[in-house]
Order: sequence, then structure tokens, then C-alpha cells
Amino acid sequence: MFQSKGAELEIKGLVFDVKKYAIHDGPGIRTTVFFKGCPLKCQWCHNPESWRAYAEHGFRKGRCVGCLQCVEACPEQAISIIDNRPVTEINKCSLCGRCVDVCMACAREIIGREMTLGEIMAEIEQDVIFYDESGGGVTISGGEPLMQPEFLLAVLNQCQRQRIHTTVDTSCYAEPKIVEMVGERADMFLCDIKHMDSEIHERFTGVGNNPILNNIRLLSEAGKEIIVRIPIIPGFNDEKANIEATGKFTASLPGVIRVDILPFNRGGKEKSTRLKAQSKHLQVETPNEEQMNSIAKSLSKYGFEVKIGG
Amino acid sequence: MNERVAKLRKQSVETRPYISTERAELLTEFYKSDIPQRESVPVTRALSFKHIMENKAICINDGELIVGERGPAPKATPTYPELCCHTMEDLRILNSRERTPFVVTEEVKKIYSENIIPFWTGKTMREKLFGAMEQKWHQAFKAGVFTEFMEQRAPGHAILDDKIYHKGMVDFKRDIEENRKKLDYFNDRLVYEKDQEYQAMSICADAVIIFAQRYATKATELAQQESDPVRRSELEKTAEVCSYVPANAPRNFWEALQAYWFVHLSVITELNTWDSFNPGRLDQHLLPFYKQGLKEGSLTDEQAKELLQCFWVKFNNQPAPPKVGITEEQSGTYTDFSLINIGGIRPSDGSDAVNDVSYMMLDVVEEMHLTQPSSCIQISKKNPDRFLKRACEVIRTGIGQPSVFNTDVIIKEMLQDGKNMTDARTGGPSGCVTVSSFGKESCTLTGYINWPKIFELACNDGVDPKSGEQVGPQTGDASKFTSYRQLMAAYKEQLRYFIDLKIKANNVIERLFANYMPAPFMSILMDDCIARGLDYHNGGARYNPTYIQGVGIGTVADALAAVKCHVFDKQDIAMDELLKAMRDDFEGYENMQQKLLYHTPKYGNDDDYADSIAEEIFNTYYDLLNGRPNTKGGKYRVNLLPTTVHIYFGSVTGALPNGKKAGEPVSEGISPSQGSDIKGPTAVIKSAARIDHVRTGGTLLNMKFNPHMLDGDGIDKLGHLIRSYFKLDGHHIQFNVIDAETLRKAQQNPEKHRDLIVRVAGYSDYFVDVGQDLQNEIIARTEQQSL
Repeated sequence: MFQSKGAELEIKGLVFDVKKYAIHDGPGIRTTVFFKGCPLKCQWCHNPESWRAYAEHGFRKGRCVGCLQCVEACPEQAISIIDNRPVTEINKCSLCGRCVDVCMACAREIIGREMTLGEIMAEIEQDVIFYDESGGGVTISGGEPLMQPEFLLAVLNQCQRQRIHTTVDTSCYAEPKIVEMVGERADMFLCDIKHMDSEIHERFTGVGNNPILNNIRLLSEAGKEIIVRIPIIPGFNDEKANIEATGKFTASLPGVIRVDILPFNRGGKEKSTRLKAQSKHLQVETPNEEQMNSIAKSLSKYGFEVKIGG
Repeated sequence: MNERVAKLRKQSVETRPYISTERAELLTEFYKSDIPQRESVPVTRALSFKHIMENKAICINDGELIVGERGPAPKATPTYPELCCHTMEDLRILNSRERTPFVVTEEVKKIYSENIIPFWTGKTMREKLFGAMEQKWHQAFKAGVFTEFMEQRAPGHAILDDKIYHKGMVDFKRDIEENRKKLDYFNDRLVYEKDQEYQAMSICADAVIIFAQRYATKATELAQQESDPVRRSELEKTAEVCSYVPANAPRNFWEALQAYWFVHLSVITELNTWDSFNPGRLDQHLLPFYKQGLKEGSLTDEQAKELLQCFWVKFNNQPAPPKVGITEEQSGTYTDFSLINIGGIRPSDGSDAVNDVSYMMLDVVEEMHLTQPSSCIQISKKNPDRFLKRACEVIRTGIGQPSVFNTDVIIKEMLQDGKNMTDARTGGPSGCVTVSSFGKESCTLTGYINWPKIFELACNDGVDPKSGEQVGPQTGDASKFTSYRQLMAAYKEQLRYFIDLKIKANNVIERLFANYMPAPFMSILMDDCIARGLDYHNGGARYNPTYIQGVGIGTVADALAAVKCHVFDKQDIAMDELLKAMRDDFEGYENMQQKLLYHTPKYGNDDDYADSIAEEIFNTYYDLLNGRPNTKGGKYRVNLLPTTVHIYFGSVTGALPNGKKAGEPVSEGISPSQGSDIKGPTAVIKSAARIDHVRTGGTLLNMKFNPHMLDGDGIDKLGHLIRSYFKLDGHHIQFNVIDAETLRKAQQNPEKHRDLIVRVAGYSDYFVDVGQDLQNEIIARTEQQSL
């Protein structure tokens, strides 16, 4: 049950990015750690590389200079030359990373790497001075952090020992037991509400919203500080009825300190082209300022602070 | 801004800078007389100054409240042929060059070819200086190992304290006379020199009084001709102000600004000093006048602001005099490095000095949106966050102002230099980032030293690959080095050699200026020149440090890290192969270059591998330079800043192991190499803080920001970032808010802009990574926001 600290620092999790000076993921200046793997497949997701709960090979075509060094480097002979460009057969790829090492244009990457708790904490601790000055801390995002509960709890415990403020950015799609345990450890939650209608929710994200809404309520009633985040996706959740329903539900939660509405952006589509299995992506326009303001106004009526952009 | 200010600003911004021969002609006329044969050097200098101030044109522009120009009109730029004389070729290039041109009329060319050039050729300080240098110095200078400020301008870098607000020229003359009476003719072997210096100072004080008086007379004349009663009363007031200051200490806000402006003009007319001249803590100096005016009802907020805005325009009317020996390709600058300090602490008790005038000045900076004067805020832990926040709002507008300085560290730097606490608290930056004790210090910057070039020489046994000449000492064939330490030792040996070469020369140049080109007017303004009877250029000031500015720490750290990483640790590149690739400018070695660029630890990412090397490079420079004596009773100190020399230094330096191609710029200030910091601003700050700023006299950190990163509470976070850097003893930070054009360049050349972070929507990402669609969208948004 109780591990030695040294052993605990060896716990591993799958992480695909650690971002410093994150200023939109909770209070102050933060470091955001992105866990890999997500049970949802939102069609507007701007981090499609976070979906799969395993490491994968990524290739940015635009960066490739055609030096073809990767072809020789690959021990699995998974890369062949077509029209003077390297083409990778992903099923042959063993994710050994040799091609990444020799790729001079940094076009190749292995998305997702196993990091120990010790490694994560070393990165987090580098910026402690900025957290202290700004009232910031660490945000665990993803993917879905709750998909790696053991590792998540280890990071949260370690931060708590050092009095580093923690925020968990989650879809809340998880077992209530896990949500409860994480709720005891984290200081703040960023929770997405994507749609109030479970059926529509399922159509666009792959899962229904019942567990999500229940878990948000659970966290809220446990007295956690929550920022509700609503991605505004034209044609999916921006119609009046849904906005009102979202506002009404949110107003019923005791711990909500703010609601952020985030306009859809096209970042995810470009990112998905780097991956093997390209995901289905919505072809819609970014909502304009006027639309965002009008939604903000509708939501403000429910008595909480609404922020555009988060 | 009101109509008056808008009109004056427009005139200032729209008038094209041009060369005026007024000063050169008056000076030549004076030097053709027999006075220079009869009088001592200081008295000759003083009389030449007086001749100029008695005869130069008087210019009162329509509507202005603060008066006085360096030339005969706004943007008329004088020359200083006694320092360096423009050739006909220089004048032709100035007139035609694409960037920062100066209009040169046919008449100016005629006067130059018939009068100025024939007289001054062979007599300039530049020629004296070059003539006194040894062969080895010339070789290094030509190779671009270092630059020499004094071949173009005079030592300066002076900042004023509060003395002119308590004393007028009449009072200074009294001080001069009292000290002159105390001269010890029996025991002081310098008694004659001191007597001459006192005479010179006194003549200069008279010259400035006469100059202001001529303005008073002109204003009275104009008032008599003026039909508009409002303007007439303004001109009458101007006459009253100019007849009272700077002869006497100012009595009110208007007089305080006008007194400073006359003093400023006088300093920059006496000589073309490096970093023109600075008013120091203007918000603190003006506060008593502001408060008193409000109390008496003689001043309103609107009037105070209007006067400040008129004052701001005056700086912008004075472009920096252009260099000599120029080429078409070189870009110059119109900026003469006048920097107004805002905020910080009170020197007397170290308490928070931010006041109403400080906020008013930030409003003025924002509204005027001018490149001159430059402005900075000093931030101590005692200053309120809302002051910092207001400054960040001004920074967000994208004018690169104000820059931000750490008062608490400046004090430590000054104490480390041996100053007393009050003088330490009196300090701050002058034109760029180097600090001195205002009104008490001659802090002379002598030139930049090109660390990357020195590294290149260490890789080539002291031979400059560009010329094939043996420029540095022989430090061994680098291809035979068996450890990284050997290369580091060779670099240090080269560095030691060039520092010695430069100091040796500086010690001669200092004496040239002390003997041939004193500045008796500026000496009046700087403690303790009057008490000591010594000129500002001859150890008269209370503190006299000399600087050689180190450039390219990012480039050298990355170059050394690359060799350590690939040649000795990973052993995936052989040294001789690397040297060959450098010689061939990576032609045929593109893969190696990519590896060096993208698969190598770089300074600026909070990565100990490269940062520890940067730290060692700094410490080495400090150990070799700091504390060595100059000829003015002062010592050498260390500072790290580039202005724009990193472009020139890059152009003379070949390909380097960090992947830099021949001719590409080296890193600037203590900023990471262009595009190599990919971990964001906190990592840059952590890396930059590895340098012990307290042991420097100034460092420069430049950071780029997309305006969207500063939306909403992004501005508070910028403040937190600054405060964090300052907790880590960072000296200075400035922000370039990125415009759409930069983003377009980044889209075309992503490899040079890997560090560019943009806000996408609810999150931020590296611009080069976001895909073309989104890039275009961000460009469009940025364009819109800057409208």
C-alpha cells in the first residue's frame, strides 16, 4: 500500500507533451502535462494526437526535406521510397524511434512517451518560481487524465507534498470512484460540457453525457473549484436551446467559479494529418466575435462569470 | 493629444532627416582663427562651444512650448568634424541609402568639399586614434573581432541627476570660482591643468546662458509680431522662461522641462557623445514642480501633460548624427539613445518613488508613439503591481517601450562596484541597458567584442578563415583536440589575447580624449568634476568604469555545446569533418547542419547541458576583464548587450558548429540564438538567469510576444513573468510584440522562427507548427488587432 518515495518516483505514465508558460489552463502561470489516451473522440478535438492510449508514429509532411535518411535507419524496413519521398508502413513500425533520431528536419516524431513520476516532477519543479509569483501551478490535461488514475494520483500527491497548486482538465468521463479519489487530491477542475443532449453528445464524441454530468455534479458537491468549459462548435452545440440548458445545469452546481467558452478552431485538422489513422473532423467555420459575445451574454444571465477564450 | 501636440508630432515624424553644416562651419571658422594656437586645449574647446552657441540659428517652431533645436530646424542634423569627418562618398551614400537616409543637398556637398573636408583632414580624433593603434589591433579590428566606439563619437553615456533643478548656471559658475580659488599652487602638480579646466567650465556656463537668452530675445520678437493673443502670451511666457533658465534654478514645471532641454542640447552640441544624454529619473525630478503647480493653481493635469508631450517631440526632432566610413548595405539608426527612467525608488531612503507623474509619463509614451525618446521603467519589489501592469499595457501596443529594469539588482550591481548606498540607489540605465550612478559617473562603453568570431579563431589556430591572416595567437590545431576542454582552453586563450589587445588600445584612446577633446560643459554637470578640477574625460567624475560589451553568448554556448555533444560525448561527428563543414559553409553537409541545428542542446531551454556552458563563458569573460584598471582611476566592468552589432558580427563570422551559416547574425544580448529557444518564455528566463547579473553593469534580454498572448489577464501574466525574472536577479527585459509581417516571414522561413509562440484559441502553440490555414487566420487577426 505504502510505497517508498524512491519507488514511487519510478511509476510511469504515458505523456505526449509538457508545456511551460501555459496561461490558459487555470490560474496563473502553469505547466501543463498532457496525458495520452482519451475515451472520447470529439470531432473538433484540437489534440487528436492525444486519443490513442499508446505511443504512435507522427509525420509532418510539410517539414520533410526528402533526405531519405529514415529509410536506411529503420530496422523494420517499414519506410519505402515513393516519388522520392519516404512513405511509412505503420503496421511494420515498432516505434523504436531511430527514424526520429536521424530526421534532420524534425518531421518525424514518436507521439507519447513513458515518463516516470521523477521525470515529470523534474520538469514541473523547473518553473516553481513562476507558479509562486503568479499563483499558478500544474495542470494535468490530455487526452483524458482520468484514464491513467494511478499515475495521475501519484503526480497529484507529489505536487501536494510540495504545495504546488494542481488543476485537472478532464472530460469527466470516468468511473465515479476514480473521480472521487482524484477530487480529494486536486485543487481545481476544468470540466468540459459539450452538449446537454446525450444522444447528440454521443453522435459527435462517441459517448453519452450521463456519466459526465453526474461526475461534474459529484465534484461540485464535494466542494471543488470548477471552471466549466464549453467549446462552441457551430452547428453542434451553439443553438439557443442547448446554450440555455447548459447555463441552467451549470447554475445548479455549487462550485463553479467561472465558465469559459472556447471558439472552435481548425488546429486539430492539421494535427490529425500527422497521424496514421486520420480522424473524422468537422468542416465548420470558427464562430465570429459577435456570435461568441451573444452566447456569453446568454450564459451570463445565469449569474456566473463568463470568459471568452479561457 | 490636442491639436498643438498633434501638429508638432506630425512635423517631427514627417520631416526627413537632413545634414546641416551649421555646426561644422562655425567650428571650422573658429578653428581657423588664431585662438587654438593661443589657448590651452580646454579653453579652446570651451571657446569653440561658445562660438557655436552665440551664432547658431535660433528656431522657435509654430505652436511649441518647449524650444531649442540642435541644428537650425527640426531634423537638421549637425556633424562633428573634429571627431570624424564625413567624406564626399559618405555624403553621397547618406543621401541615397535605402535605410535611414539623410538628405544631403548640393550646397552641403559644396561646403563640405571646399571648406570642411580640406580643413579637417588629418586633424580628426578618428585619425589620431587610428594612427596610435598597433598593427595587431588594426588586424583584429578589420577582422571584426571588436568595434571601437571612439572612432566615431566621444565618450558619453552620461545621465543627469537632480542638480539642475536646484542650481542654475550662475550657481555652477559660483561653485567653479570657489573651487578655483582653492587651487594649491605649491603642492598640486596638475594645478595649471585644473585652472584651465575651471576657466573652460566657466566659459561653457556663459555660453549656455547666452544661448537661452537668445531664445528669450527671439520669443519676445515673435510675440510682438503675433496677432493671436493666446499665442502671443505663450511666446511671452517662453521669453520669460528662457531668460530665467538655465541661468537660474527652475521655479515651475515649464521651467524645469525647458532647463533640462537647454542642458541636453548643450551637451549634444558640445560633442557627439555616445548615448546622447539622459534626464534620468524625470518623474521624480518633476514631481515637486508638479505638486506645487497644482497646489498654487498655476498648473493643471492637461497643461502638465501637454508640456511633457511638447518635450517628447523635441527628442524626436534630433536624429542621431550619422557615422562616417559607411557602406550602402549598412543600416544606421536615427535613435540617439535618450532614455527616460520612470518609477523605481527614491535615492534618499530607497522607498517607492512611483508617483502621478510616472503614470502621466506612461500615458505620454503610449499616446506619442515615438521612437525617441526611449523610455524604461525601473521596477523594485517595492513598486506597486498596478504600475507594472500599466507599463505592460503600453508594451502591448507594440512600440517596444518601455523596457523594464530591475532596480533591486541595479543597486546590488552598484554596491558590488564599490559605490555607497545613496549613489547606488541613484543609479539606473542610460541609453541602452548599462547602468551608472546618475550625475556622478563616467561609464564609458568602448566597443563590442565578437565572442563567436573569437570561437571561430579558436577552431582555426588563430587564423581568420575569411582572410587567411593570423589574427589571433596560435592555440593549436583543433582537429587534433582530444577533449572538449582543449577547445574551451583554446577559446579562453584567444579571448584573453583580444581583451588585452583592446584594453591596451583603450588606455591610449582614453588619454587622447583627456588631452585633446575634453568636455568642459558636461563636466559642470557631473560630480565631482568641479570639486576635482578634472574633466569628465579625465577622471573628474566620482566613478569611472570602462566597459567592453560582450556579444554572442547564445551562439558561443550553442557552438561549444554542439562540439561537446557530437564530437566528444556522442561521437557521431568527427572534429575534422566538422571543421571541414564549417569551411564549406555546410555545402554538402546539410544533414550535419540539420543535426547541429535540431538535435543538439541549445542555450535558452532551461537545459543544463548548454546553460552551464553559457555560465562558464560569462564567468571566463568576467574573470579576464573585471577589475582591471583604466587610465581614469576607474576599473573595467562587464556588460552584455548588442544594440544591432550582432548583425555585423554575424556577417564577418563564418559557419559555426551550432549550425549558423556564414554571414548569419549571431545571437543578441543574452537572448538565445534566433529560433533555438523552443521551450517558451519561462525556460528562456531560467537560462538567462544562469548568468550572474549582479556581477555585470548590464545585460539585455529580448523576448518576442504575439499580441494575443497579452489579451485579458495575459497582461497580468506578463507582469508575473517579469517579477519572476527579477526575483532571479535578472537585470533587464524588453518585449517585441510581433506584427503580421514577422508572422509572414515566419511562414516563409519556419526554421528561423521556431520560437514564435502564438495564441491559437484558448491555447497557445508554436506558430510554425499550426498549419497554413490557421497561420493565415492568425496573420489576419494580428493585422486586424494592430489597426
